[in-house]
Amino acid sequence: MDDALDPLYRDEILDHYDSSPYRGKLEHPDYACDMDNPLCGDKIHLELSITDDGRIDKVRFDGRGCIISQASTSILAEHLEGVSLEEARGLTSADALKILGLTLTPTRMKCGLLGWRALQKAVAEPAAGS
Amino acid sequence: MATLSESRGKLGVAKARAEFPALDAEVHPGVALRYFDSAATALKPRAVIGAVDEYMSSYSGNVHRGLHALSERATEAFERARETVARHLGVADTGQIIFTKGTTESINLVARSWGNLALGAGDAIVLSELEHHANLVPWQMIARERGATLRYVDLTDDLEWDLDSYDRLLADGRVKMVAVTGMSNVTGGRPPLEEIIRRARAAGARTLVDAAQSLAHERLDATKLGADFIAFSGHKVFGPTGVGVLYGKRSLLEAMEPILGGGSMVLRVTRETAEWNDLPDKFEGGTPPIAEVIGLGAALDFLESLDADAVARHERRLLEHAHEVLGAIEGMRILGTTDLERKGPILGFTLEGAHPHDLSQLLDRAGVAIRAGHHCAMPLHDRIGIPASARASLALYNTADEIDHLARSLEKIKSVLRRR
Repeated sequence: MDDALDPLYRDEILDHYDSSPYRGKLEHPDYACDMDNPLCGDKIHLELSITDDGRIDKVRFDGRGCIISQASTSILAEHLEGVSLEEARGLTSADALKILGLTLTPTRMKCGLLGWRALQKAVAEPAAGS
Repeated sequence: MATLSESRGKLGVAKARAEFPALDAEVHPGVALRYFDSAATALKPRAVIGAVDEYMSSYSGNVHRGLHALSERATEAFERARETVARHLGVADTGQIIFTKGTTESINLVARSWGNLALGAGDAIVLSELEHHANLVPWQMIARERGATLRYVDLTDDLEWDLDSYDRLLADGRVKMVAVTGMSNVTGGRPPLEEIIRRARAAGARTLVDAAQSLAHERLDATKLGADFIAFSGHKVFGPTGVGVLYGKRSLLEAMEPILGGGSMVLRVTRETAEWNDLPDKFEGGTPPIAEVIGLGAALDFLESLDADAVARHERRLLEHAHEVLGAIEGMRILGTTDLERKGPILGFTLEGAHPHDLSQLLDRAGVAIRAGHHCAMPLHDRIGIPASARASLALYNTADEIDHLARSLEKIKSVLRRR
């Protein structure tokens, strides 16, 4: 840090953190869930809407926590729009890390994969009331 | 220049620092370590490393068993370490010093064994939100089993014990145990132990002191303090991990049942029954952590070889300096009391606009090791209303320059994270 900031905190990540276009709520989500990481107090609320042919139309999230948890959820959201529900269900943690393009230490893995865990929980069952 | 104490054979602060080889390591290429995580685990002096090495290389026998030279030498060193612990705590009777694997196991032993004996339905245990999970969860477990209840002392806005609320909790005579930390691992706050123990005794309650944090900073005299039980860990007093101590009053320990059955803790075993060994062996079933116990003895010997007054003055100056330079950072909130007389050298803090985990990771780039998270004190963070905090904990080997480096690094991180 004496010379350069940790590459993990590059501008793209900071942009996703403090001005994500995916932050917000959907009017009629088909899938939604809350996921938290009690270890750090990170929280994510994730909502998805699905097109008639079973593709993810829109992704929105809300939450608070460290830069890594929030930015990685935003990057994942960006990737998910247009992806089929089947594909989203089959997304492994390794796939998610590849999408994020982040090199995470074991302790930060929980932060970086919070959005992915929310996604897995969300697509497992339809949102209440939908 | 040697100080007066050094001339009396006691080690001053600068020479003590030179005894910790981990401080010389580069954490990243070209980046020196600035270690502010001694409250999680303290670094080890050469004396401890050497004692463990010597046992493992030259007399690594089991204890209390064989009659050969290795076993006898190991037994002798192991029991000498017990004498060192007893002496360090001001206890004459080594039977009252039980080796466990850490503070957590020590407290669990008391909660389970003493709790089974002494707690009944409607009885109460007094705790506070300042406690580490290790001094909360065992009590929750035994309270649920025995139908006892937990009562929490109110904390003031400075996160200190409200002694009036404590009196109210004790008033109905149902309190059987008061379990209290000697030093909060988040705020460094030091509850007034003497007063807490005095009032507990007057109300007929037993007391347990969690000395995991305090013992690295201030020596305690178990006999003078009067607590019924004291627990601490080796690795927070510059010894190895995997070893801890439970001190207890003899009459209580004698009445308590062991929780680990096995070798060493018995005198005689038949097909159906077993007869317990005497103290302390009764509570030490199985082969103990021999190297670690010997290392712990070396750690306490090392502490006693230091000029205690010089170390105390040094740690106080560091704490004052840390409060001053960190407190000057905009958006900085240091948790707990600002009355430094009532706290030890631990600074839990939050920095506006920066999550503790991001702070910790970015500080690591500068070689600065701090802790981030809830520090196994979730109820305290709930009480403050924050999910997590950062913590810089100081030890005798830290320097004011290191604290300045921490402050500069925090300022730099702040400017980068708020780049717009």
